[in-house]
Amino acid sequence: MPIKSYLAYPQDGKKDVLISELLNISYCDVIPSENEDLIIVVTETENQKQDDTLKATIEGLDSLKLLAMVSGFNTPKN
Amino acid sequence: MHDTLLNRRNFIKKMAIMSAMTAAATMFPGIIFADEQEKNLPEGGDLEWKKGPCRFCGVGCGVLIGVDKGKAVAVKGDPNSSVNKGLLCVKGYHQIMCIQAEDRLTHALVKKNGKYVQTPLNEALDIVANKMKETMDKHGKDAVAMYTSGQSTIPEGYVASKLMKGAIGTNNLDCNARLCMASAVTGFLTTFGADEPMGCYEDIDHADYFITWGNNMAEMHPVLFSRMLEEKNRRGAKIIDFATRTTRSSMASDRSILFEPQTDLAVANAICYEIINNGWVNKAFVENHVNFSKGLTNMGYGLEDNYAFTDKPTKIDFEDYKAFLEDYTPEKVAKYSKVSVKDIKFLAHVYGDPNTKVVSYWCMGMNQHTRGTWINNLVYNIHLLTGKISQPGNGPFSLTGQPSACGTAREVGTFTHKLPHGVVTNAKDRALAAKIWKVPVERIPSKPTYHATEMFRAVDRGDIKFIWTQATNPLVSLPKTSRYRPGMEKESCFVVVSDVFPTPTSDVADVILPASWHIEKSGLYGNSERRTQHWDKMVDGPGETTPDAWMFIEVAKRMGYGDLFPYSRENHVEEIFNEYRQFHEGAKHGMAPLEVLKRESGVIWPYVDGKSTQWRFNSKYDPACDPKKDFDFYGKPDGRAVIWQRPYEPAPEVPDSEYPFWLNTGRVIEHWHTGSMTRRIPVLHKAMPHAYVELHPDDAARLGIVNGEKLKVTSRRGSCVLPASINERGLPTKGQVFVPFFDENMLINDVTLDAFCPISKEPDYKKCAVKVEKA
Ligand code: SF4
Repeated sequence: MPIKSYLAYPQDGKKDVLISELLNISYCDVIPSENEDLIIVVTETENQKQDDTLKATIEGLDSLKLLAMVSGFNTPKN
Repeated sequence: MHDTLLNRRNFIKKMAIMSAMTAAATMFPGIIFADEQEKNLPEGGDLEWKKGPCRFCGVGCGVLIGVDKGKAVAVKGDPNSSVNKGLLCVKGYHQIMCIQAEDRLTHALVKKNGKYVQTPLNEALDIVANKMKETMDKHGKDAVAMYTSGQSTIPEGYVASKLMKGAIGTNNLDCNARLCMASAVTGFLTTFGADEPMGCYEDIDHADYFITWGNNMAEMHPVLFSRMLEEKNRRGAKIIDFATRTTRSSMASDRSILFEPQTDLAVANAICYEIINNGWVNKAFVENHVNFSKGLTNMGYGLEDNYAFTDKPTKIDFEDYKAFLEDYTPEKVAKYSKVSVKDIKFLAHVYGDPNTKVVSYWCMGMNQHTRGTWINNLVYNIHLLTGKISQPGNGPFSLTGQPSACGTAREVGTFTHKLPHGVVTNAKDRALAAKIWKVPVERIPSKPTYHATEMFRAVDRGDIKFIWTQATNPLVSLPKTSRYRPGMEKESCFVVVSDVFPTPTSDVADVILPASWHIEKSGLYGNSERRTQHWDKMVDGPGETTPDAWMFIEVAKRMGYGDLFPYSRENHVEEIFNEYRQFHEGAKHGMAPLEVLKRESGVIWPYVDGKSTQWRFNSKYDPACDPKKDFDFYGKPDGRAVIWQRPYEPAPEVPDSEYPFWLNTGRVIEHWHTGSMTRRIPVLHKAMPHAYVELHPDDAARLGIVNGEKLKVTSRRGSCVLPASINERGLPTKGQVFVPFFDENMLINDVTLDAFCPISKEPDYKKCAVKVEKA
């Protein structure tokens, strides 16, 4: 059950668009910075496959410039 | 079960968020994520925030630990601490996650017939006390030794010193700060006659230039580096990185200047040459506040057992010094330092320009140096020649590595030659110690015995027959562990290790004592800027874990010294600190009383009339100065600091055809020194799971090495196998490799050389010759 955190850098002037697009994606929490063009994204998925798909979805967003992973964990299922 | 899992997942999620916030803060100092940190903390519980210093580095950030139902559940930066103003680095945020590690040492373990047997602590302490006594009876008091830590608290260091020097009467006490700070101490003492920086972190808010000497602050002092970056962004302050390797700090700096290992000595002299040659000397300052001296040269490197050296200072004058510098013109120095004439002149101009404020920072690059005292002296020379010292934003600033290298190792004095005030060789200092300790003055020996490297050589030779180590892991951190590990394994020495987690050092112990971790006991640390920080015990430790200070006291009582240690278990920290404070009374080192330390997020000493002294030796700020003078270096009898004539001398071992690479070792941001704590913190361990050997891409291409490939790094002393790292974290210069030392499974110190600075006795971990082959 992977939990990962990322720094998401929006395209110039697209921070708000990126935030709203990220908010529409399930399994991910969005924490925008108040004063910089940077958004923290935390994903929590059921398995590796779902994690991979989710990452691909985020990376596919036009408003995203760069997605950099900060930490990744796997917790036991039960 | 489900609840536990959910809590664990929530906790991990919070940690993931905090890691991201920390990473963001390193890139965007001052970045704000609203109240996210608070929002993510456990809800519903009675979360109580308790203040203290961070467990890890010498920056000494203030932390607030969130305690819920007796458990530490959260960490945040203390907004009231002027050190970090609420910011923490990735280690700081995750520190409490190691406490519950599965292999935590919770009970005493005694080796019986080759196996460790869980033993009640009282019995284990009986064994330790009996063994210590028996060894002294049979072989004399100098057959027992103690090796402590810059991570020990002030009371722990104090009790260790009192037990060894005051009660037993041996100077066989040294500590791991010898490995990181000793050259800083001898540098301060030889130049100023008083240890520790004259300035404070507030210098960052005033300086126009930060020049870092062999110091990767972005990874080693990340919160201070963030503060510097903030000043860079806010008001255009400049950072110049002067180093032997390109690091994260170089990349974030305005200018990165690389030099050939060991030639920092020559470049510092060349800077002074330029300052004089261009008429940038602050004549009034030099005339009124400076003397000139030279010492012995060709001192050797301490490679042989029982090596001894005493410097013989001789007074010289400005003209002698100027003539000496003729050998260090930028043109001459550029040839062997690989620093261009232009860059040398640029550095000299930054220091020499009377309109710029400059702070120099350094840490291990200058201290872990076979001429460590000299290079400290030489950087002081630059600041003294220009008078850029002891003023806001102007000054040399030696940073510490460990959280209480200053507070415990240097101020309490857990070195063989030191006492809580002064040195063992000084009769007055011994008399003061004897008076406060209530012991006969003859009991405190006047001759220092073993410094760290020599102490472990003495173990190997069989001269030391009992050693007790606390909060340190010498079999990972000493140089040339290929000699000292078999030495410690010998039957001739009884080894007691007190620690929080098992380490390669505890693996060779006869008795392992379960120590309390940081927040499981009360204590005090002292950081790089002379700031003393107190904390109260926050949570109970598991099993029979006990504060080191209390274990010393219990052993002292069992050895018959109970009357010298009349402290109570509940209040021993306060009682010991109040006793210790007497050593530093007065305007030069007065320490804040406990009630103030309990209230504030740290207080800088000298603390005089209810006020901290932020800039020492400047009468505007420092009440200990002679008010008739503008500056007063009162550590020296005539109030004058010393400009030292110190030459360039080569390293003891340089690359040759058989061993063609320089080996440089160091740290990474994720791990605290030997990794015994941080490798038990999942987020840090995952981020940096093992050590590696960094090569320059051209060297890698020449040898046909690809990233990740296993390489064997070999010196004349030993070898170590590690994966190659090319163009990743750092970039060594051609002909150099770099290996971090945190990984106990890849012991790079089997390879390093145990040469040291003859004056400070601090080993050089940054330079030896190795070869690199595919494993
Ligand atoms: S910079 Fe040092 S003191 Fe500050 S949080 Fe990081 S490790 Fe702790």
